[in-house]
Amino acid sequence: MRPREFRPEQLVSLDKQQVQHIAMLARLKLTDDEYAESVAKLSKIVDFVDQLSQADTDGVVPMAHPLDAAQRLRLDAVTEDVERDRYQQNAEAVSDGHYLVPKVIE
Amino acid sequence: MGKYTQTLTELKAGLEQADFTSVELTEELLARISAHDKKLNAMITVTADEALAAAAQADIDRSGGKGGAMCGLPIIHKDIFCTRDIRTTCGSRMLENFISPYDATVVENLAKAGAVVLGKSNMDEFAMGSSNETSFFGPVHNPWDLDCSPGGSSGGSSAAVAARFAPAATATDTGGSIRQPAALTGTIGFKPTYGRVSRYGMIAFASSLDQAGVITRSAEDAALMLGAMAGFDERDSTSIDEPVPDYVAGLGQSVEGLRLGIVRQHFDEGLDAETGARVKNAIATLESMGASTVEVDLPNIDMSVPTYYVVAPAECSSNLSRFDGVRFGHRAENAEDLLDLYCRSRGEGFGDEVKRRIMTGAYVLSAGYYDAYYLKAQQVRQLIADDFRKAFADVDVIVGPTTPSAAFKLGDKVDDPITMYLNDIYTIGANLAGLPAMSVPCGLVGGLPVGLHLVGGHFDEGTLLRVAHQYQLKTDFHQACPEDFK
Repeated sequence: MRPREFRPEQLVSLDKQQVQHIAMLARLKLTDDEYAESVAKLSKIVDFVDQLSQADTDGVVPMAHPLDAAQRLRLDAVTEDVERDRYQQNAEAVSDGHYLVPKVIE
Repeated sequence: MGKYTQTLTELKAGLEQADFTSVELTEELLARISAHDKKLNAMITVTADEALAAAAQADIDRSGGKGGAMCGLPIIHKDIFCTRDIRTTCGSRMLENFISPYDATVVENLAKAGAVVLGKSNMDEFAMGSSNETSFFGPVHNPWDLDCSPGGSSGGSSAAVAARFAPAATATDTGGSIRQPAALTGTIGFKPTYGRVSRYGMIAFASSLDQAGVITRSAEDAALMLGAMAGFDERDSTSIDEPVPDYVAGLGQSVEGLRLGIVRQHFDEGLDAETGARVKNAIATLESMGASTVEVDLPNIDMSVPTYYVVAPAECSSNLSRFDGVRFGHRAENAEDLLDLYCRSRGEGFGDEVKRRIMTGAYVLSAGYYDAYYLKAQQVRQLIADDFRKAFADVDVIVGPTTPSAAFKLGDKVDDPITMYLNDIYTIGANLAGLPAMSVPCGLVGGLPVGLHLVGGHFDEGTLLRVAHQYQLKTDFHQACPEDFK
């Protein structure tokens, strides 16, 4: 079994500007080397998945759950114990029970 | 002969007959890990003190007649399962120092059954990889050939079980991450139906595909361990409320009259000829035992890899957005502002493959591309699931190869993501359709193991385990042990 052949005329390769946009959407800072590699490799991946465009999916309902199950609901009640200090042991910067981040409002 | 050569089921009998204690068994296996893991790098964390304490408790419980189904039996957890007070890294720099404040349901269930945890196994970073080379903690080596990959993402679990560090390990499977490493290390890899085992506390990669399962050396062992892990969990919103049958009790029935489906496309030119020959041999063995074969058509199955590489990255980009450098995980130093903190913490904390998948996901979900990629992929996924539904009207189990070939050399496929992705070409369909599936050792090719892949209908785990068990009663491929680990 092999994936369907690519048609070169349909390639949708990405350029550096697009990859920069995607990296920003994903909140990832990349080095220059990483950009160069990402442009090449992401282009390959996008070209590869682009073969989906050849599938005939007219009128097909997109899958929402592999077993067609509906989302289960629970009572709107407090079910968890709060152990703030314990949770915050994993944070690098906390103070008086708060998480610290760089200044947001000037 | 050391106790390490015994299966989970044999060790259970040994403990029951008081041939040895759990403490003795645990000490032996810890010594084995400490002597041999330098060669394999299968373990990220070894929890010797905790294991010996749990083993001592298990021995007390057993003598008091209180032991559960896994009482005193040593296992290893893939480092994707959160363990309270023991670090959980998910193979990533991002979580290098993460201590979970709670246990995953799988961890909790196995602890309740009395299992003794020897440690946490190495894995591809965030379970994204098919060779264990994306781990921040370095690649795992295949016990059958140290230059080869043990597969991935559950490569630490598969290598550890193959090398007899433990009779069983937990693992997870999003596109083949239990079954492919099992095939490449000559072990049993079992992925249950989507929703059968709770995902609570299992670090999420692609939530509509992720499922926890086991790696063992025999089907009987997989049945024993799965029974202790599975079941409804209200803390997982996609957990399915179905009773868990006694999988071990169902193993005895013969395969007489069972209908096996063979997918024509799975034996096309993409499959290595020798691997194909072993798999055909295994199918012939099952026929000789009374099963019949039917050719089944899955017309959309060749779209499964591209479908997966839209759906899985999309879900991964959303799941991994929680890593922000603030509440847990790696935090960049001297951030200029909040955005810089996010971008640099993530840029430094994630490895190349994880970043690539997050970006692929961000792209296919972004404005203008959502319909063409994500929606389209979910439609094709529906077509693939429909194909399986139709096939299971005529057959009980679909059989074929687990992987296109035996283990490949470390470094061989690392530069080309597409070649790496195609390693999961036979396994991904079961994840897309939420079906239970497993890999069973069926011989060696050039001294390296290959696997027979079995896929069943939803919640038909019992039939798969039974076919595998009956096959293992007739054959001894699962007893082969890599030379350096005998």
